[in-house]
Amino acid sequence: MEPRLVLAVSAVLFTLGVLGVLLRRGAITILMSVELMLNAANLAFIAFSRQAGTAEGQIYVFFVMTLAAAEAAVGLAIVIALFRLKGTTDVDEVSLLKW
Amino acid sequence: MEAIAFYVLAVLAVASAIVVIVHRNPVMSALALAVNLVTIAGFYLVLRAQFVALLQVIVYAGAILVLIVFVIMLLNLREELKARSPGTFQKWLGPILALVFAVVLGRAMLAHAAPSFPAPVPGFGTAAALGIDLFSRFYYPFEVVSLLLVVAMVGAVLLAKRRL
Amino acid sequence: MLKLIALIPLLPLLGVAVNGLWGARISRRAVGLVACGVVLASLLLSAGAVWELANLPPGERHTEVSIGTWLPLGEAAGVSRPLRIDWGFALDPISAVMILVVCGVGFLIHVYATGYMAHEEGFARFFTYMNLFVSMMLTLVLGSNLLVMFVGWEGVGLCSYLLIGFFYDRPFDERTGMSCADAGRKAFLTNRIGDFAFLIGVLYLATTFGTFGFREIAEAVAHGGHGGALLAGVGILLFIGACGKSAQIPLYVWLPDAMAGPTPVSALIHAATMVTAGVYMVTRMSALYAAAPAAMAVVAAVGAMTAIFAATMGVTATDIKKVLAYSTVSQLGYMFAAAGVGAYVAAMFHLMTHAFFKALLFLAAGSVIHGLAGEQDIRRMGGLREKMPATFRTFVVAALAIAGIVPLAGFFSKDEILWGAWASGNRGVWLVLATTAGVTAFYMWRLAFLVFYGKFRGDGHAWEHAHESPRSMTVPLIVLAALSVVGGWIGIPKVLTGSVDLNFFHRWLAPAVAGPGAHGAGEAAAHGAGTEVGLMALSLAIALAGIGLAFLVYRRKEGSADRLAVAFGPAYRTLRNLYWVDELYDAAVIRPFYALSRGFAAFDRIVVDGLVNAAGVGADITGQVVKLFQTGYVRNYALVFLAGAVAVLLYLASL
Repeated sequence: MEPRLVLAVSAVLFTLGVLGVLLRRGAITILMSVELMLNAANLAFIAFSRQAGTAEGQIYVFFVMTLAAAEAAVGLAIVIALFRLKGTTDVDEVSLLKW
Repeated sequence: MEAIAFYVLAVLAVASAIVVIVHRNPVMSALALAVNLVTIAGFYLVLRAQFVALLQVIVYAGAILVLIVFVIMLLNLREELKARSPGTFQKWLGPILALVFAVVLGRAMLAHAAPSFPAPVPGFGTAAALGIDLFSRFYYPFEVVSLLLVVAMVGAVLLAKRRL
Repeated sequence: MLKLIALIPLLPLLGVAVNGLWGARISRRAVGLVACGVVLASLLLSAGAVWELANLPPGERHTEVSIGTWLPLGEAAGVSRPLRIDWGFALDPISAVMILVVCGVGFLIHVYATGYMAHEEGFARFFTYMNLFVSMMLTLVLGSNLLVMFVGWEGVGLCSYLLIGFFYDRPFDERTGMSCADAGRKAFLTNRIGDFAFLIGVLYLATTFGTFGFREIAEAVAHGGHGGALLAGVGILLFIGACGKSAQIPLYVWLPDAMAGPTPVSALIHAATMVTAGVYMVTRMSALYAAAPAAMAVVAAVGAMTAIFAATMGVTATDIKKVLAYSTVSQLGYMFAAAGVGAYVAAMFHLMTHAFFKALLFLAAGSVIHGLAGEQDIRRMGGLREKMPATFRTFVVAALAIAGIVPLAGFFSKDEILWGAWASGNRGVWLVLATTAGVTAFYMWRLAFLVFYGKFRGDGHAWEHAHESPRSMTVPLIVLAALSVVGGWIGIPKVLTGSVDLNFFHRWLAPAVAGPGAHGAGEAAAHGAGTEVGLMALSLAIALAGIGLAFLVYRRKEGSADRLAVAFGPAYRTLRNLYWVDELYDAAVIRPFYALSRGFAAFDRIVVDGLVNAAGVGADITGQVVKLFQTGYVRNYALVFLAGAVAVLLYLASL
C-alpha cells in the first residue's frame, strides 16, 4: 500500500461524486453524490496526515464532517420544502430562476 | 495484511460509489452509500486514524445516512423517472470534464505523494492526540463550527416547517 | 452726502422689494407712492451729492466710495499688484449729469405712469420692474469700475426685456406678426451680441491694464506705452457693446420693436436713459478713445450713418411711437457722432436735452394713445389739439426743441455737436448731421401736423371719447416742457454771449473728459466766431426749412403726401419697408442660423441619439445572447462550476 494508491482511490471516488451531481436529477441522489465527494476529500486528508505523521489532516476531517452534517440537514430541509411545493424532488422541475 | 485490506476496501468503495450514482432507486443508492461510508471508515483504520474512523461511522453512517433514508421514506420517493435527457451538451461534456478533472486532480495529488508511508508516530490518530490539538490550537475554529451547527439546525427547521 | 452716493442706486431697490413682495396686497395708490417715493428720494440724494460736488474746486470733483469687496482676485496675468474688484461707486461731473437726468426724468415718468397704467393689469409688477430699472441704471452710471458698470449694463438690459414684453400676451406688429414677448426677446438677443463684444473688450482692458477702475484705466492710457492697435481694438469692441445698447447700426433693429412696451417704458428706457448708456460709456472711456483715433473714426462714422439712416426711416413710419423710436435712434447717432469727433461735452449735453424733449415726446404720444384708447396709427388721428390742449402745447414745444429752434434746448446741444464736427475738421460728418437736422425737423412736424392739426381721420366713436389725460400725466408733461425750453440755457456757447461765459455745462464737464473734448471756446477762437455764428444760422435755416416742407406737404395741401409717395414709388417703398433691413437680417443671419440649428438638431437626433440607442441595443442583444446561459437548470450551473474548477486547477498545475 502506497500513498499514491490511496490518493488514486480518493480521486476516483471524487470524480464519481462529480458525475453523480452532473448526471442525476433526484435532489437526494445529488446530495448523496455530494457526500461521496466530501468523503473522497476526507480520504485524501487522512492519507496526507498519515504521510506527514501530523494530526492536522485529521482535524480538518473533523471539521469537514461537521460541515457535511450541517449541509445534509439544510439540504434535506430544502428537499422537503421543494417536495411540498412541487410534489417532486426532480431538480429539473425547479428551473424558474431564468430568463 | 494491510495491502490486502486496502485492495478489498478500494474495490468495495469504488463499486459502491458507482451503485450510488447509477441506481435509479434512491433507497438502493442510500444503502450503497452506507457501504461506501463504512469502507471509507475502513480506509481510515488502515491509515491509523482510529478516532476519525470511529467518528466516520457514528456521524455519517449513524446520523447523516439515517437522516437521508428517513427523508426518502418520509417523501415516499419512488424510482426516479426515466431520466429526461439533460441535453447532449450536458450528457457529453459532463463526463469529459469530469475525466479531465480526475486526471488533473490526480496528478496534482500524486505529485505530493511520498513513495511510502513512514513508520507511525506513537499515539498517532488517538482520541487523546486529536483532542489536545482540537482544544488548544484549533479551539477557536472549533467554537465557530459549533455556531455553524446551530445555524444549520435553525435553518433546517425554518426551511422544512410548513408554517411558522 | 458724497459719502452716501452708494445709497442712490440702492434706494430704488427698496421699492423693488416692497412692490415685488407685497405689491399684490397693497393698494395701487400705495404701490405708486412707494415707487415714486424711492425715486424721489434718490433724486434728492443725487441733488444733494451733486451740490456738494459742485462746491469742490473743479480739479477735485471726484469722489469714490466702496461698499465692499466683490471679487478679491489674485494677481492678474502680467500685472504685479493684486487685482481686487470693489462694489465701488464714483461721482464725478459726468455721472452727476447722468444721475440727475436718470432720477429727474425717471421720477417724472414714474408719476406719469401712475396715471397711464392706472387701468392695466400688473400695476405692481410694472413698478417693480421700473424701480429695478432705475436702480440698475444708477448702478451703471455710478459704478467706479467696468464690472460694476457691467452689472448695471446687464441689469438695464434685463429690465428692458421685461418691460418690452410687459404685455407679453398681446400681439404687436402686424407686418412681421410679432408679439410683445417676441419684441422683448428680439431686444434681449440683439443686445447679447453687443454685450458679448463689450465683455470681451472689458476683459481685454483688464488683462492689459490689470484693473477695471475707470480712473486707473484713464491714468494707464495717459501714461502711454500701449499699442494704438490694441486700444483701437478695445475701443471698437466696447463701441459694439454701445451699438447694441444704444441701437446703432447694425444693431439698432431692436429699438423700433421695443415700442411694444408701455409708453412710459419707451420714454424712460428707450428714449431718455438706457439707450444713452452707450454714449455715457464712450464718454466715460474718453481717455481710451482719445488715444485711439481709429476707434473714434469708427464711432463718428457709425453715429453719423445711423443718424441719417434712422431719420429717413422715421419719415414714412405711421405708428406714432415708431416715428419717435426712429427719431431716438437718429438722435443717438448724433450723440455718437459728437463723441466720435471728440466733442464729448456736446454729446453729454445732447444726451441731457434729448432726455428732456424725447421723454416729453413719448409721454405726449402716450397721452394721445391713452386719450384714444390705445390707437397708435397716425393715419387715424388728426385735429387732436382741440381735445388735448395740454398735450398739444407740450408736444409742440418738444417738436420745436428737437428740430433745433432757438432758444429751445435742442438748438444749443445740436448746434454744439455740429460745431464740434465742423471745428474738428470732419466736414463730412457735419454735412450728414446737418442734413439729418433737416430731416428730423421734417418728420417731427409731419407727426405734429398729422396728429394735432387737420380733421380727425378715425371713426367718430373714438373722436367722442377722445379726452385730455389726468393731471398725473399732464403735470410731468408740463415740467418736461419747461425743461425742454430752459434745459439748453446752461450751455449757451460763448460766441453768442461775448465776453461773458455762460457755458456752465462746458465748464462743468470739460475737466472730466479727456482729449480735445472741449470743442468750444478754444477752437472757436481759432476758427473764428463768424464761422460759428454763420453755421448756427445755417442749421437754424435748415430746421425751419424742414418744418416748412412738412407744413407744405401735410398742412397746406393735404393729400400731396400720397402723390409724393406715388411719384417717388421705389424710394417710398424702400423707406416704408425700412430698407428691408429686417428682411436682410432674416435672410443673412436668422435663416442660416436656423438652418445650422436644424443641422445640429439632425446631428443630435441621428448621430448622438443613434450612438445612445446603439449602446442600448447592443446591451440588449448581448443580454439576449448571454441569457441563454441562464437556463434555470442547476445541473447546467454545476457543469459550468466544474468547468471553472478545472480551469483553476489547470492554471494552478501549470504554475
